[in-house]
Amino acid sequence: MLNGIPINFYIMLSAVLFIIGVIGVMARRNAIIIFMCIELMLNAVNLLLVAFSTLHNDASGQVFVFFIMAVAAAEVAVGLAILSMVYRNFKSIDIDLLSRLKN
Amino acid sequence: MLGYTITQWLFGILSFLAIMFALMVVFTRNPVNSVLYLVLTFFCIAGHYLLLNAQFLAIVHIVVYAGAIMVLFLFIIMLMNLNADTEPQKHIGTRFIAGIVGGVLLFVMVGALRGAEQLQLVQSGASQIGMVKSLGQVLFTEFLFPFEIVSILLLAALVGAIMIGKRDTNINAKETSNS
Repeated sequence: MLNGIPINFYIMLSAVLFIIGVIGVMARRNAIIIFMCIELMLNAVNLLLVAFSTLHNDASGQVFVFFIMAVAAAEVAVGLAILSMVYRNFKSIDIDLLSRLKN
Repeated sequence: MLGYTITQWLFGILSFLAIMFALMVVFTRNPVNSVLYLVLTFFCIAGHYLLLNAQFLAIVHIVVYAGAIMVLFLFIIMLMNLNADTEPQKHIGTRFIAGIVGGVLLFVMVGALRGAEQLQLVQSGASQIGMVKSLGQVLFTEFLFPFEIVSILLLAALVGAIMIGKRDTNINAKETSNS
């Protein structure tokens, strides 16, 4: 029998991880790092969903996390393809270069 | 041990490590190190899933994220030959403002969520909802239609990634004929 941990701790942990992701998106210029920070934010939300799923003893939350993982995998595949295309054209993945999308 | 149970110790250690590694992801200059720290963060989150009795998700998380997605990231970074020297840096002012905004956002979120009611997580060893069997039953009865839609989404993403990443042979042929 394991002793429980208050749900508030999980909420705080998820909030901190999410904010670290937000800071990463705002503070970095490398497009791949920005992608990784988005993954970090997705995982913070996933952790909270699993925590609430365990709290309410309901499997729907975990199924939802499963779907989020599948969508994240699809997003990463398309995003990295776009980034490799951008690198081929610009020879750089500096996100500020993409502020002007015309040639 | 100091009035804490083993679960609470594990929770504290895993949380500390996850936050530290996440900070290292953001503040490391070298993109390869950044990816490796993100893998460590994902392992810590998988440990949290195990603590929450979600064994299936913990394994899927390690296999899909640490095993597939991060390898894809590492592959792309090594393909582009990125390192700390080629890393573009934002102005120090922009980074400072990003830190301030993040801090304020964290303050607002913590302030808003602090009043949430104190519920204890019921973590009995008898909980079976995280197991493959029960999760699979829910997935293939209640969520069968979204499951099929996700398979179509993955196929579309696969085709799209190949189409985008493919070198456009027509344009290249035109350029070589012009030059």
